[in-house]
Amino acid sequence: MEYNGSAVMAMKGDGCVAIAADRRFGVQALTLGTEFQKIFQMNKYTFVGLAGLASDVITLSDQLRYKVKMYELREERPISPETFAHLASSSLYEKRFGPWFVEPIIAGLDPKTGEPFIASTDLIGCINFAKDFVVSGTANSQMYGMCESLWEPNLGPEDLFETISQAMLNAIDRDCIAGWGAVVHVITKDKIVTKHLKGRMD
Amino acid sequence: MEVLFGITGKDFALLAADTNQARSIVVLKRGEDRTVDLNRHTALAYTGDPGDAIHFTEYIAANVRLNEIRHGHEASPNAVAKYTRNALAGYLRTRQAYHINMLIAGVDKTSGAPALYWSDHLANMTALPFAAHGYASYFCMSTMDRLWRPNLTLEEAIIVLQKCVAALKTRFVASLPEFKVKVIDKSGIRVIDVKFEK
Repeated sequence: MEYNGSAVMAMKGDGCVAIAADRRFGVQALTLGTEFQKIFQMNKYTFVGLAGLASDVITLSDQLRYKVKMYELREERPISPETFAHLASSSLYEKRFGPWFVEPIIAGLDPKTGEPFIASTDLIGCINFAKDFVVSGTANSQMYGMCESLWEPNLGPEDLFETISQAMLNAIDRDCIAGWGAVVHVITKDKIVTKHLKGRMD
Repeated sequence: MEVLFGITGKDFALLAADTNQARSIVVLKRGEDRTVDLNRHTALAYTGDPGDAIHFTEYIAANVRLNEIRHGHEASPNAVAKYTRNALAGYLRTRQAYHINMLIAGVDKTSGAPALYWSDHLANMTALPFAAHGYASYFCMSTMDRLWRPNLTLEEAIIVLQKCVAALKTRFVASLPEFKVKVIDKSGIRVIDVKFEK
């Protein structure tokens, strides 16, 4: 979990959710790249953020994409974020005694009702459903602190973007192996807004 | 003590691998070629356990070739890199995990756009504009941070490489007298002779 370093978080708002991640790719203290993708779009309204070992982030994102596509072909309907959380959870628990070293964050809107949904799981798939925010990665304690102090209920998409961005940027500034810029997706019923944040490059 | 460099330029990618074959404190061989051509526009340079590395790179090269014969289509460097990562990641959680670190470089055969991929033995992979493996990464990433810019010409990229090797000469304990340098561009892969100051 501490080999590459990462920070991923998601927040609920009023009719919207936001998910954010840092962009660092590094090996222990050595930073190699600053454009690493840790958030993956699974369908129109569902996003997953993977924090942990970069190798497993890639492997698991590919595997989840495959599983979601197969589910949607079989069921002929989009997967809901809640169902996806259970899919991710069982994929992780499948490897209970030789786990993927990733802790996913799931964020999305229910495709039918538009109800916001966020959840996180640990590396063996224990799901944590939350009504406010979820965090994952090496900067988790800093992210908890920032989210606890900045988040409030019923934020609109613009306010939610501002809140998650400030929480993310200030959390990763206090973690040596996460940061180097961040990406934020704000998901609302009619659009997804993706923004890249500039961060401290040290 | 093995060292690899990769640098991308305007319409080419460059790979350099040191040619010392060492075990513990003994140099077994000079002039070892640690690069493999995967297709006409993609090459790979490796470090790691020599047995694993040779076995794995031969497996990848053969499968890339087989795929090309089957489909009558040369895979892009991007596709080759992702195939290689997938294979390495597949072996990672078995008892015969390959201990191999790689740089995969190539150009798109039509547009000439360069690509460089960095991968370690855990199959952590990312695309980078310039990269290094081994102890060189601790010494030379900062050198390349300073000197690399987009759209380098081949001459400029060679100067960056020479400065990296110069940095190793002054600060790194091991001596790395020779490097095998490969350039990949639209016309294919070629070996170039680069002079490094003594």
